[in-house]
Amino acid sequence: MNTVDVIADFTHKIENDLNIEPKDQMPEKYRLHLIRQISQHAHSEVIGMQPEGNWITRAPSLRAKQILLAKIQDEGGHGLYLYSAAETLGISREEMLEQLHSGKAKYSNIFNYPALTWADIGAIGWLVDGAAIVNQVSLQRTSYGPYARAMVRICKEESFHQRQGYEIMANMMKGTEAQKAMAQDAMNRWWWPSLMMFGPHDSDSPHAGDAFAWKIKRKSNDELRQKFIDKTVQQAEVIGLTVPDPELKWNEAKEGYDHGEINWEEFKRVINGNGPCNKQRMTHHIQMHQEGAWVREAAAAYAKQQS
Amino acid sequence: MDTQLDLWEVFIQSKTGNHHVHAGSVHASDSNMALQNARDIYTRRNEGSSIWVIPSKYVTASTAEDAAMLFDPANDKIYRHPTFYVMPEGAKQI
Repeated sequence: MNTVDVIADFTHKIENDLNIEPKDQMPEKYRLHLIRQISQHAHSEVIGMQPEGNWITRAPSLRAKQILLAKIQDEGGHGLYLYSAAETLGISREEMLEQLHSGKAKYSNIFNYPALTWADIGAIGWLVDGAAIVNQVSLQRTSYGPYARAMVRICKEESFHQRQGYEIMANMMKGTEAQKAMAQDAMNRWWWPSLMMFGPHDSDSPHAGDAFAWKIKRKSNDELRQKFIDKTVQQAEVIGLTVPDPELKWNEAKEGYDHGEINWEEFKRVINGNGPCNKQRMTHHIQMHQEGAWVREAAAAYAKQQS
Repeated sequence: MDTQLDLWEVFIQSKTGNHHVHAGSVHASDSNMALQNARDIYTRRNEGSSIWVIPSKYVTASTAEDAAMLFDPANDKIYRHPTFYVMPEGAKQI
């Protein structure tokens, strides 16, 4: 196919809501956009294991520990589905890890915040995974087939994460005054970073145009954020938690909540490497990666010997 | 030189009697490791009763450019479908 045909074929598929598949020809910018987005998504899943892994040995019951282990294992699995999807675009796993370690590839900003108390594990599941679900549900219809299929699988598994987090918060809100205070404190610290997970306001998203035209992105940052707020505020009220936003107000006309100003200075500071845990997260990942090298080498040597 | 091991494609049979369906891929150094990784990654919630793994390098895939050549010839052979034939009035279906 010549270039004109390639573009025409690609455009035809996008316009008719047909998925683009790995063997299909696609514009180079589409391919690069997807590699950046999917690898960032994969890195987020994997880095997201760290704040929770921190609590495995201190989970308050065997039940809580089993659940937390299963959840963290899921996050690892989600990372692997996504790395696989990205690999179909012609980037290797080695390259993606290298980009993560060099800082060229980003991961979700939210994981640069620490999980200080057990209530944070509740807040992460409820708010962070809740926000992730809202985003991922819309991505189930993204135009690139392998990415969309990974999202379907991830969404099926992710709803357990959100529920277990909400259950932790609900139980703490039925507990002692100290437990209630701990839950509210976690809510106060995680609410705003969770809203930031959806990214800048639509008016400040310079690259969204292509992503919409290519149907990689189906809903805007602000639409998704609104959806998350409207669902979550109700859940907070049911268990007696206060949303730490004095300007939060139901808007009858738009049938949704209006919220206060998001601190984008903080968002920029953290994304540029100066959040509470940026260094720790990356140091840990690099160290684990290096310390695991002998295992991969041994496995490769064994396979060679067997063949 | 770091290695992330070879790529394998994973096919899962959800229950006995069904087809094995492509689920995704894993990295592994050999077929045993590929099976174990596939189990851990794709069947954590009873999704499978059987797993196939094959090295990705052995998959040959048709391309979008081939699609017309490969599949269009079937379009004008509607006599391959039972609905092409007229059943006599009153005759019962098999």
